[in-house]
Amino acid sequence: MSQFVRFTIDGTECMASKGQFIVEAAKENGIYIPTLCNYPGIKPKGGCRICTVRVNGKLMTACTTPVAEGMNIENDVKDIRELRKSIVELLLVEGNHFCPACEKSGNCELQALAYRFQIMVPRFPFQFPIRKVDASNPKIIKDQNRCIQCKRCIRAIKDEKGRSIFAYRKRSSSVEVVVDKKLGKQLTDELAQKAMDVCPVGSILVKEKGFIIPIGERKYDKKPIGSDIENMSVSKI
Amino acid sequence: MSKPIIATTSLAGCFGCHMSVLDIDDRILELFELVEFNKSPINDIKKFTKKCDIGLIEGGCCNSENVHVLKDFREHCKILVSVGECAIMGGLPAMRNGIPIRECLEEAYLNGLTVVGNEERIIPNDPELPMLLDRVFPCHEVVKIDYFLPGCPPRADLIWDALVALISGDEMKLPYEVVKFD
Repeated sequence: MSQFVRFTIDGTECMASKGQFIVEAAKENGIYIPTLCNYPGIKPKGGCRICTVRVNGKLMTACTTPVAEGMNIENDVKDIRELRKSIVELLLVEGNHFCPACEKSGNCELQALAYRFQIMVPRFPFQFPIRKVDASNPKIIKDQNRCIQCKRCIRAIKDEKGRSIFAYRKRSSSVEVVVDKKLGKQLTDELAQKAMDVCPVGSILVKEKGFIIPIGERKYDKKPIGSDIENMSVSKI
Repeated sequence: MSKPIIATTSLAGCFGCHMSVLDIDDRILELFELVEFNKSPINDIKKFTKKCDIGLIEGGCCNSENVHVLKDFREHCKILVSVGECAIMGGLPAMRNGIPIRECLEEAYLNGLTVVGNEERIIPNDPELPMLLDRVFPCHEVVKIDYFLPGCPPRADLIWDALVALISGDEMKLPYEVVKFD
């Protein structure tokens, strides 16, 4: 039998199963904590730091920290909002994110977070890095200009033997996520689509599927990211 | 009180943002009641004839003329607004930023698939022509910009709300649907 723990998020009393990660626990209580590298169903990484919350006075990533009894969590407060916003701004200038020319625009989580934080212009200078587009795979395009190295594809897209189709190459600031040449050839249509859906930005695209949803009907055209969680009726345990 | 004066220009842009200004539809009549236009492609005034209150900038800086015009706007306008993605981050013209300038020119005038004529293989270099910059610059990396209106183009309602807010001094409403990057 699972145990329940009580904790507070921004003063609101919450309840969740013991051992649940803060992001999930908050979601069950109708509270949205922004995430980017996190994806339901795959092991959390704690890489992007967008989900940073203050737990009993210490900054922690909500996607990798399990809830515990009596935790006092600060989420939607000014300095943390500011920190999250600056991470989004840094990501926007670090790569080449040309939203008007991107097939993922309107369905992109990075863009949706920028909308949510009302970013009109990043405060940092645009880097315009020189990156490549790999269109050699028969099913998908891997655009390094837009990759934010969240590793969601590496963690989620596996072949039938459990091997990752995507992998890290190089190190440090030149690190990039690439398609495994051999395993990539076996990509099925379903897996290719899953890879595109798992990618939070427009770095993985299924060929011949661009701009399939008209403007106005895309995921984040009308409702901000996280509004589905906030509008969820609070589950009473 | 005299009417606020507006100037507009299109630098390295496609005039889409100006078209979006026209998309305010019949409110344009109201706009002409509220403000006076100075240098702008809308009324075809080529040179500043007086100091302006608001300058709307479309497009980033891709050549020496863009930089010159932008600096002229900064000098003549109290408030400068970057309108649209190109002004804010270079936009589509900035997609050439990773390509050496020589390669760009050779593609456009010598080797491109759509190049016809040009048997003498000339890359235009008349001194009258503005010099291309090594890369496209967002406007706020060249002069101080006061406000930013994202979008490709910014929605007409966003432009209208921004102008009304600037003229009236009221805080701007920013409904979720109008602030978009595409």
